[in-house]
Amino acid sequence: MNQANGDAIRLEHVTKSFDGRKVLDDVSFAVPRGSAFCLLGRSGTGKSVTLKHIIGLIRPDAGHVLVEGEDVPALRPRELARVRKRMGFLFQEGALFDSISVGENVAFPLRRHTDLPSPEIVRRARARLEQVGLGADYDKMPAQLSGGMRKRAGLARAMALDPPILLVDEPSAGLDPITSDEIDQLLLRAKLEQHKTLVVVTHNMPSARTLGDELALLDGGQLVVRGTATDLERSDNPIAREFMQSQGGG
Amino acid sequence: MLAWVGGVSLFGARAVRDAFRRPFELDEIARQIYEIGWRSAPLIFVSGVAVGVVLSMHTRASLERFGAVSMIPAGLAIALIRETGPLTAGLLLSGRVGAGIGAELGAMKVTEQIDALEATAVNSFKYLAVTRIVACIIAVPLLTTLMDFAGILGGFLAENAASGMSFRLYFQRSFLFIGFEDFVPATLKTAVFGFIIGTVASYLGFTTTQGTEGVGRASTRSVVLASILIILADVILVRMIFFFFPQSRG
Repeated sequence: MNQANGDAIRLEHVTKSFDGRKVLDDVSFAVPRGSAFCLLGRSGTGKSVTLKHIIGLIRPDAGHVLVEGEDVPALRPRELARVRKRMGFLFQEGALFDSISVGENVAFPLRRHTDLPSPEIVRRARARLEQVGLGADYDKMPAQLSGGMRKRAGLARAMALDPPILLVDEPSAGLDPITSDEIDQLLLRAKLEQHKTLVVVTHNMPSARTLGDELALLDGGQLVVRGTATDLERSDNPIAREFMQSQGGG
Repeated sequence: MLAWVGGVSLFGARAVRDAFRRPFELDEIARQIYEIGWRSAPLIFVSGVAVGVVLSMHTRASLERFGAVSMIPAGLAIALIRETGPLTAGLLLSGRVGAGIGAELGAMKVTEQIDALEATAVNSFKYLAVTRIVACIIAVPLLTTLMDFAGILGGFLAENAASGMSFRLYFQRSFLFIGFEDFVPATLKTAVFGFIIGTVASYLGFTTTQGTEGVGRASTRSVVLASILIILADVILVRMIFFFFPQSRG
């Protein structure tokens, strides 16, 4: 259970079942600080469940989930909140709070967890929205945004507290290639310039190649292949090869 | 069924415990009182006037036979304040507020907004459920008082149309036999109705599954179950009021 120096995230033998169906089966991996780990796999293979384990939304049936050395499932609520403040989470559909404006969604973590004066919070929220190309949409309601815009606003909210770890669920799903590339570039800058640790769940091989220092393929609840994009392309594992080819990654 | 009763009981007990723990989320409670209370006021007022008119017509028809028409204001006020007002307000609010909370929280659950709150290091139970339950506990007695007075106003309108009784005389006669023991226990018991509405609707919202169909189900079940529980609780509370305030039997 010792956290190796430099690992921001470490999963050790994590197992999880829902209604008797094993979704994660003895999954282990580590993500060094400042690196990007891309989790690949078909729908329903447990990728999002893995992310939710990291931020403590789901507790494992067995195993350990360590974030910066702290065993997330064992934390008390107050300690868990402290660890969560060090992570930003982009949900698959953005998960914006639909009763408040886009800008207030981004301002929300700042209002909750900082003592900054309101004008400064608004300024920072606007700056985050400008980073994702939504500077003019501060006062819009989430329902007025397209799917891609909601996702970008969700990313701005995830980055609002400037957390050192970003967990990103399907950043390019349902987006056009240009928007998808813009989000990839944003995440890449977060990794290279701000040294953030990224865990990215994706189906998109170009995204995985752009972002990932390490890629891993989940299948049947198990990590079947791990390595660089080249390692996966050259893998003997038929599932990995099929996956890479089907994604145009061959 | 037993599992549901157990689940909602634990949910309510946790809400009571957490209501006295920091942070108290006063801003959100105030916002919910506005949403639940102020926005329900037109419905309660109009319904109260209508109930008052109908009750007055029935009371007049009955009391005319005994030559006791002058007792109409007092009889109507006692009926309204002791039972009709609180129960009608409780049932109306279980429809308007219960359905609203069940649908809102259910939609937040299926669109991962509740997970997003947790991921932002906010206690979603406290922020969403406890605030709504506390707001219901505060708002329902206030709305019941509004309903009582609206009912008396409706009674006056009907009586004025039937006999030309003046406003001043009607209100003098209305409050002739009304005492502390009539108004306070009957109105305070609706705080329990508020607790039931808030707890049942929040529980069903938090446990929503199966997408938009589940949201509709949560909304409908919130109304049905809260209404049944309010009626059952009323039987018990009336017995308790008679026990602690024996003079209110008269």
